[in-house]
Amino acid sequence: MAKNNKLKIAIYWAASCGGCDVAVVEIGHNLLKLKEAADILFWPAAMDFKYSDVEAMPDKHIDVCLFNGSVRTSENEHIAKLLRAKSKVMVAFGSCAYEGCIPGLANLYNRGDILTRVYQETPSTENPDGVIPQPHCKVPEGDLDLPEFYESVKPVGMVVPVEYSVPGCPPVASQVWGVLEAIIAGKLPPVGAVLGAGDRNLCEECERVRDGTKVKQFVRPHEVIADPKKCFLEQGIVCSGPATRAGCGRPCIRVGMPCRGCYGPPEGVKDQGAKLLSAIMAVIDPEADVEQLVSQIVDPVGTLYRFSLSDSLLQQIKWQEAEKK
Amino acid sequence: MTQTTKIRIDPITRLEGHGSINIFLDKAGKVVKTYFQIPELRGFEKFCEGRPVEEMPRITQRICGVCPTAHHMAAIKAADAVYHVDPPPTAKKIREMMYNFFFVADHATHFYILGGPDFVVGPDAPPAERNIFGVIAKVGLDIGSKVIQALQDTHEAVAIIGGRYINPVGTLPGGVSKPISEEERARLEQIARGCVEFGQLSLKLFEDIVLKNKQYVAMIKSDAFTHRTYYMGLVDEQNRTNFYDGKVRVVDPDGKEFVKYGPNEYLQHIAERVEPWTYLKFPYLKNVGWKGFVDGKDSGVYRATPLSRCNAADGMATPLAQAHYERFYHALGGKPVHATLATHWARLIELLYSGERALELACDPEITSTNIRTIPTATPDEGVGIVEAPRGTLTHHYITDERGLLRKVNLVVGTTNNHAPICMSVQKAAQGVIQPGKPVTQGLLNQVEMAFRAYDPCFGCATHAMPGQMPLTIKLHDEDGRLITVLSRDENGRVTTRNAEEL
Repeated sequence: MAKNNKLKIAIYWAASCGGCDVAVVEIGHNLLKLKEAADILFWPAAMDFKYSDVEAMPDKHIDVCLFNGSVRTSENEHIAKLLRAKSKVMVAFGSCAYEGCIPGLANLYNRGDILTRVYQETPSTENPDGVIPQPHCKVPEGDLDLPEFYESVKPVGMVVPVEYSVPGCPPVASQVWGVLEAIIAGKLPPVGAVLGAGDRNLCEECERVRDGTKVKQFVRPHEVIADPKKCFLEQGIVCSGPATRAGCGRPCIRVGMPCRGCYGPPEGVKDQGAKLLSAIMAVIDPEADVEQLVSQIVDPVGTLYRFSLSDSLLQQIKWQEAEKK
Repeated sequence: MTQTTKIRIDPITRLEGHGSINIFLDKAGKVVKTYFQIPELRGFEKFCEGRPVEEMPRITQRICGVCPTAHHMAAIKAADAVYHVDPPPTAKKIREMMYNFFFVADHATHFYILGGPDFVVGPDAPPAERNIFGVIAKVGLDIGSKVIQALQDTHEAVAIIGGRYINPVGTLPGGVSKPISEEERARLEQIARGCVEFGQLSLKLFEDIVLKNKQYVAMIKSDAFTHRTYYMGLVDEQNRTNFYDGKVRVVDPDGKEFVKYGPNEYLQHIAERVEPWTYLKFPYLKNVGWKGFVDGKDSGVYRATPLSRCNAADGMATPLAQAHYERFYHALGGKPVHATLATHWARLIELLYSGERALELACDPEITSTNIRTIPTATPDEGVGIVEAPRGTLTHHYITDERGLLRKVNLVVGTTNNHAPICMSVQKAAQGVIQPGKPVTQGLLNQVEMAFRAYDPCFGCATHAMPGQMPLTIKLHDEDGRLITVLSRDENGRVTTRNAEEL
């Protein structure tokens, strides 16, 4: 426990890939400044961490908890609740915690589908007895436990209340440091704000030329040699820029790849997919056969909601319907 | 006195989540069995169904934020195969160049931040010093700043080609999205020259600090850290190591070629076992068979690590790395080397190779060609892409419909290859240090850590970054599952023991 008045920070990963932790490490020399300004009470990617230590803390002992990863297992949920109780400010850090990210596409399938595919159906798996990993398991020497694999992926904000969110898969290093500086300086905006990003959409700062060209056909990125100076969408290549919050610096677009929306929806937009769909509709040639054009967008749900399915209105409706049943 | 005791080390951090080790002791206090569990699953093999195959390089890289570039490359090679498209030579070279810069960055991270501090700072040093800052203190600020510079530069190189270091983009079925300008090429060449120097510096450091220390060498060669297994690695046409392309070669515990297979043949040679106590599967050689967690020629357990790649190849394709490769086998008594801890040395030889290979490619007159795309024309159907990830051979297998939307996905991931050997190494290390009547100490924690750290920083992703603590708690339970003792290590590396009553 810290014996001084330094800021107390915690960084935790739930169901995540580690990229958000690497993103924190990517602040480089600023890590030393962070160490000077704050005590990092725990950071399992980088420091000693014991659940019992957190359990022993008084409530609200941690000033700011940066929580990355979504909630997929009973262990993730347990820790999210524990950290919520122990933290004054909880930040959903990175796309998984904020909106479910790409692993949230697993919500298109149920738990049983996933377990069957992974452990029984994959062609390299030899599993004549149909074994599936179990929360409790007896081995000859004793008992072993595994966390329960839940039915769906949830952003952490759906499991416990969070004060702020930081978008990005992962958040870019300069933005991460900006967020940490604001935390250190005690200059956080009103609760509910999205930190470490702009308010508007990516197109507002994109250097690609938009000349009002209307789309007569949608194509996939590998099917054409795109003009590197022109707007992707006006070339008929789906780009999530119009429905994505600015702040990443457009690294993907700069190397000739369309945005896929990892920074989530811009300020004031709840459903990123619906917003992107309306942006797509707006560029379609009015004389074209809209139905045919839209059918050229393959995998609409996985494209429009690549990073935000778990946090979408679509998902809410699905869960509400499941509850009614 | 209880009949059996379970020791649980939890969490030991990362492989797609956390890990835990359970050690069961018999009534005499001897280790009967250890279980290494991965308590997390995300299900990419299911939810990628329905996605367009050209998006897989951008989707599957979210499997691991430490080695996203490896998934990016395996995915794009599988997507090429699905579309039966052969990218122009420059596109392949650009991909391979990005991949080799990534390898330098990744291997450097492991040696200087994750696993290497055990040696550089010393296995007996306080854990609080076994981290990057401890490394800098040991090697001096001059070399330390070169390490930080090398990491920054290689991250920049990957970003020049792929937009960003974590989750790069820029590959498409049939090629890459952006050519390399002359200005970029010159910067990449400069960075690559730095990588070659850095590789040599790292090997010199290893020689001075590790190889000149008899105690370290004895530890590397000791039985506690040895397993005689099969070894796997990707090789080119002359059986030299290649990370981006080639055939998978497997040698037996005597070093003889057991099989060499192309990506499309992987299902004839690799099978995966499921155990109910962990979410991670156990790959093994199908034609040898699963005989349990044992080594030797009759067991299908194989390893896929930097050491394995050296064992599976006949040599390295670049001159400086080849010279070190020869020295490596000369010093360790010929091929194959079974010493798990020699993986650290092999990793540095690979780091040097990556630097040399990146430099070759950055100087290749074709690298700035703008002929970087072949538009796919064939009907997509099925394809397998294999690359070497830093942590082992990585296989992506896709089956699509006629529009290129995925119907089936199968993934055999880098570290997964080593799941069984890691279990075995952890067990052997535990058996070596836990003796009846001898208290369980820091030594256990350290040696058990070292056993798996040699394989894979994915377990310890940034574990040592700051301030260098491996998060470890050992819980001893009695046969009814009651907690007897908790052994834990504080941030200064002190080990404390608390009895159940104190908790």
